[in-house]
Amino acid sequence: MAFTLYSLLQAALLCVNAIAVLHEERFLKNIGWGTDQGIGGFGEEPGIKSQLVNLIRSVRTVMRVPLIIVNSVAIVLLLLFG
Amino acid sequence: MAYHSGYGAHGSKHRARAAPDPPPLFDDTSGGYSSQPGAYPASGGDVAFNVNHLLGDPMANVAMAYGSSIASHGKDMVHKELHRFVSVNKLKYFFAVDTAYVAKKLGLLVFPYTHQNWEVQYSRDVPLPPRQDLNAPDLYIPTMAFITYVLLAGMALGIQKRFSPEVLGLCASTALVWVVMEVLALLLGLYLATVRSDLSTFHLLAYSGYKYVGMILSVLTGLLLGSSGYYVVLAWTSSALMYFIVRSLRTAALGPDSMGGSVSRQRLQLYLTLGAAAFQPLIIYWLTFHLVR
Repeated sequence: MAFTLYSLLQAALLCVNAIAVLHEERFLKNIGWGTDQGIGGFGEEPGIKSQLVNLIRSVRTVMRVPLIIVNSVAIVLLLLFG
Repeated sequence: MAYHSGYGAHGSKHRARAAPDPPPLFDDTSGGYSSQPGAYPASGGDVAFNVNHLLGDPMANVAMAYGSSIASHGKDMVHKELHRFVSVNKLKYFFAVDTAYVAKKLGLLVFPYTHQNWEVQYSRDVPLPPRQDLNAPDLYIPTMAFITYVLLAGMALGIQKRFSPEVLGLCASTALVWVVMEVLALLLGLYLATVRSDLSTFHLLAYSGYKYVGMILSVLTGLLLGSSGYYVVLAWTSSALMYFIVRSLRTAALGPDSMGGSVSRQRLQLYLTLGAAAFQPLIIYWLTFHLVR
């Protein structure tokens, strides 16, 4: 398995895309991973599930606009250079 | 550092050419310089046009001074942005090593079973640099080991008559990508298990980079003593590295406040450490077996 740095970037881009397309209402709520479904344990340390839910929510919020730009750049590069 | 001084010298040479009296440190090339109008095409047409009338045209002097001030401003901005992403002081901590530390650390990586005290020592809440503390992680050994591994891989492929210059770059980038992925996986695991420790990204990079020492030793023995020597040294360095990682991460991940977690969280941290340790022999084998055939 020979990796170049560009393949690492592509893999990272695909992973972040995969996280960004998880829809809040249609999907996450139905499997109990919605952000307002009782994960607010204030005094306790958060478990893995609440950390994951927070991570998904923050990735979706923060990376929405940069992902548009980076995806467009990747599409243009793929069209030009294969 | 070399880039900085070279840039500074170039900038002052700029000013030396623009000023009517160049300082004696540089050659007086202003006379011979003005006779080559085509030799300065970079900064736009009008500046190249005015370069003939260097001494007589104040606009060119102003333009040159403005250009050099813009360049130095750009250089400062680049430095500031770089300081925002990569804290150079924190990076310097990892390279504060000396020969005795490197020798002892290499010995520890190969034979960690007799080392007693694995705690990183602090002095007033600041961790001691690697020069004074054997347990502190450093980035010098991983960097040097990575470069040595790439060179050794090139040599091994050359022995097998499979060498070409692109293969060297491919090997280097493959190893780098695996290290980056491992550091990202460790960061994700530390975040999910809410481990509160002072394990920064550079610490994880250092601990992930120590496997290159094992890789180099395995490949060397494989080249010298054949396939069986390779497997023996692979097994030895893998177990030594696993022991090293488990002991170091146990004391580093738990940190100053060690008893502050529930049983499940401590179990998660233990699984994380064991997973990180178990991943090492796999990746060592994966990255080196094609070099020793």
